[in-house]
Amino acid sequence: MRVWKFGDNVDTDQIIPAEYLTTADPEKLAPHVFAKVRPDFAVSVQKGDVIVAGHNFGCGSSREHAPRALKGAGIKCVIAKSFARIFFRNAINIGLRLIEADIYDKVSDGDEIDIDFKRGIIRNLTKNEEYAFKPLPEFMEKLLEMGGLVPYVKERLREKKK
Amino acid sequence: MGGRTIAEKILSAKAGVERAEPGDILECEIDYVMVNDITGVPAFEVCEEIGAGMLNERVVVVQDHYVPAKDIPSAEQAKALREFALKYKTHYYEIGKGGICHQVMIEEGFVAPGRLIVGADSHTCSYGALGAFATGIGSTEAGVVFATGKLWFRVPETQKFVVEGSLRPFVCGKDVVLHILGEIGVAGSKYKAQEFYGSTIKELSLSDRITIANMSVEAGAKTCIFPPDEKVFSFLKGRVRGEYEPVYADDDASYDEIFEFNAEEIVPMVAKPFSPDNVVPASELSDEEIDQAFIGSCTNGRIEDLRLAATILKGRKVHPSVRMIVVPASQSVFKQALRERLIEIFLEAGAFVCSATCGACLGGHLGVLAEGEKCISTTNRNFIGRMGHKNAEVFLASPAVVAASAVTGKITDPSHLLS
Repeated sequence: MRVWKFGDNVDTDQIIPAEYLTTADPEKLAPHVFAKVRPDFAVSVQKGDVIVAGHNFGCGSSREHAPRALKGAGIKCVIAKSFARIFFRNAINIGLRLIEADIYDKVSDGDEIDIDFKRGIIRNLTKNEEYAFKPLPEFMEKLLEMGGLVPYVKERLREKKK
Repeated sequence: MGGRTIAEKILSAKAGVERAEPGDILECEIDYVMVNDITGVPAFEVCEEIGAGMLNERVVVVQDHYVPAKDIPSAEQAKALREFALKYKTHYYEIGKGGICHQVMIEEGFVAPGRLIVGADSHTCSYGALGAFATGIGSTEAGVVFATGKLWFRVPETQKFVVEGSLRPFVCGKDVVLHILGEIGVAGSKYKAQEFYGSTIKELSLSDRITIANMSVEAGAKTCIFPPDEKVFSFLKGRVRGEYEPVYADDDASYDEIFEFNAEEIVPMVAKPFSPDNVVPASELSDEEIDQAFIGSCTNGRIEDLRLAATILKGRKVHPSVRMIVVPASQSVFKQALRERLIEIFLEAGAFVCSATCGACLGGHLGVLAEGEKCISTTNRNFIGRMGHKNAEVFLASPAVVAASAVTGKITDPSHLLS
């Protein structure tokens, strides 16, 4: 998994500019991820790649198009020092994995890493280092495991009917 | 066990629990859920996928972002939304019959003290000015609310903001919130609820309180709540849908942080590119030439904002090198502005005036910026590429600063224009 490094306060206008909000389809949004601020990203990102960012990732507009676009582009996980509130919810609700961990100064753009979600370990294959991370609150981990809010809600409705 | 804040009270009441502490995860009953043309269609699709019906009387649909349709894809998106809204008989506000979603929610009586309201748009927090717990959410969870009427929340910590003293001439709610953003930064209220108190706040119009609540999300806040008073109650008389019960914090409620501000120290402010917290007094930017001046948006598109701009523009002209755009936040505000002859003032001055839309605020249409252009605007965000080209610049300010700047062609403190 290749690391794409971003700084602090990456807002959702950067992630997916307004002119593309005429669809919510992750596949159609993917080509425009970071269109204005980092045009090489959409062209070069591979399925399974990871974003490592600073503070307040995903701030600004509530557009769910932001995590959808990242997911559509193949991003497996966003690792940030901290997340903005609405982006955090949106990502979990659609099953985009998030890790809150401060590994920003330890990794470089282009590093290859591996993530063991169960054991809470990020392995930097390029630098031969390991970093531990804490899981999210149980409820949020459950949503992610189930693939997001919709599978969770459907399961609960099924259980109610029994 | 100490007292509770407004946020703690509202969330625990809606979850049907005695009390809740910050950090608890609750499932709460939602009073209203709102979606607009860029967030609505996925919400309806999710609701259909869940297949458990829809609580249509709690759903409000407003066409506002790409209004009127800016191209074929937006027209198709608006059409899909329209068809869903009509199919399920939700509340629906068509172009020409509503306005910007947040203005409509407030004008049409959906918002009231003590309610829990969510919207698929980050500036839903605006409704806290009327004492509701209101917060922005995404489309998927909006669809879940359509189907179940409930949503999960993490109970936030609450911060107390106290503003005392009298505001200077031409200083308004926008300057207060920009001043605060400059002090606490774009993550200063991350995940927290804000509550506002103090003599300044008491004196502020409901419109100015809405501006402050509106931009709380720019500090990362989950919600911003003003304890409701007579200004809220009289606004809601004859307008509100249903009954409501105001909620107030206990005297011994526990606050994470308390911020105190002296209103007399607040001057007309401007947020420079590329962050709403990059704030300086307007007087420090008097050499900054502008190309476009924009008055409108959910932040500052109300009749009070238009009146303020009109007092400055009356008898004056928009500078030859500036294009000025004025957009009332709703059909109702536009009609009121016509009745008060404000529109004439804007037209005489040389401004472009159009019907309610989010328009240029998010770089959608009706005022997109070219490379290198600068816009001073009453909107709420100035991130890279927000209003158009990535090398364009947006400066955020009050209607008074924007109007004064439109006249001189440079960023202007209104008190300097009038001296």
